[in-house]
Amino acid sequence: MKNRKATEILLIGGSAGSISVLLEVLPHLNDHLSFPIMVIVHRQAHPESILEGLLAFRSRLPVEEAYDKMILKASRIYLVPADYHLLFEDKQMVSLDYSEKVNYSRPSIDVTFQSAAQIFMGHTTALLLSGANADGLEGLRCIAQQQGDVLVQDPDTAEIAYMPQQALLNLQVDAVLKPREMASFINQLSTKY
Amino acid sequence: MVELDIVKNDDMEMLLKDISHLYGYDFTQYSKASLKRRLNRICMLDKFTSFAELRYRLIHDSTYLSRFIEEITVNVTEMFRDPHFYATLRHHILPILGTYPFIRIWVAGCSTGEEAYSLAILLKETNLFDKTLIYATDINPSVLEKASKGIFPLNHMKQYSRNYILSGGKNDFSSYYVSMYDVAKFHSNLSSRMIFSTHNLVSDSSFNEFQLILCRNVLIYFDKDLQNKVFKLFDDSLQPLGFLALGAKETLRFSNVEHHYKQWNEDRIWKKIS
Repeated sequence: MKNRKATEILLIGGSAGSISVLLEVLPHLNDHLSFPIMVIVHRQAHPESILEGLLAFRSRLPVEEAYDKMILKASRIYLVPADYHLLFEDKQMVSLDYSEKVNYSRPSIDVTFQSAAQIFMGHTTALLLSGANADGLEGLRCIAQQQGDVLVQDPDTAEIAYMPQQALLNLQVDAVLKPREMASFINQLSTKY
Repeated sequence: MVELDIVKNDDMEMLLKDISHLYGYDFTQYSKASLKRRLNRICMLDKFTSFAELRYRLIHDSTYLSRFIEEITVNVTEMFRDPHFYATLRHHILPILGTYPFIRIWVAGCSTGEEAYSLAILLKETNLFDKTLIYATDINPSVLEKASKGIFPLNHMKQYSRNYILSGGKNDFSSYYVSMYDVAKFHSNLSSRMIFSTHNLVSDSSFNEFQLILCRNVLIYFDKDLQNKVFKLFDDSLQPLGFLALGAKETLRFSNVEHHYKQWNEDRIWKKIS
């Protein structure tokens, strides 16, 4: 068992089949967590996205879409806006980026995971959910290299198992979680209860 | 694929100082996170195995600078991107501008020109084209060269056509260009009211007074201080009651000129009120 460092950011990445997992997990999160949560899901660019409202409805924690040069706060859930990559400037501030798609995706899970690994190093925790492409794998690898925590959804519970399966095949992961186990796992990462 | 991570923060600072000192291009207030990705990307594209190689090339080969500027800046753009934004321009903003005898529009950071051509089409369709000048500027001379030609990949036209229709366009989008092999060449008439010029938002000053300034998805690459500096530049370049249009996730809120402006509904368009 490695000597894990306190989580300073939790990243949740997913694609097809991941929204239903989020809707199951969010209601059970404690309303005080010692870190912010950044959610990166692949979705169509649409001016009036309902996803933020949908997640907020289910969550006791405030949910908001991340904006450029936003200051991160603990106990909040941020959603990466459709059609932008999200990068961390430092441990407090994020930037949006409209550069080329990565893995045919913008936002790309890899891009945000890698950026977090560079900034938060071993204090990064990332959870990869259901999805049909390999976005997220390289990002998880970066986080693992920094001794961060790498979590994946149990592929048997995933609507589309490919994404978590790729992680399991290629990486040493710290935990494989069923959706019903995720909230309590995340709550335990928090340093204050 | 994710990029390599061979450029460290200290390396980056050093390189930016070199470029500023040698060539007068100041990138030191660009957002570090994006810039670092671009530097790693250019190392990968041009096969530099270390940061020192990139630095050596830049210092000793002045012809490499244009390539560097082209790759370090993000040149991803679309025609009629965010169709709802163009619908607002078409139905609400342009009719107001139409009351002026002469219209000047600045597309700041125009990249390869897709927004300038989208505007030209809107102006044609609202019968304002002949009394408008579009100033299309960018830091990067090579994208301006492309923009002036009005040639875009043919395989993007399906998406652009869809955007155009969603923005309220009533014509056949393909009537604005001719297809040649794998490209679409837009009618040269559309660029007849465009003026292309290099302009560096970091270091160049105001050069005219406009009724509409578009600067979409450019400011996200700047840090807060530089964003405020550029907002001041736009403020100095907008005539009273003029409009400033930003990208879908950019805002004048929290900026130093916020109080002079009123947002147009929920759109990323602000009217200068004082």
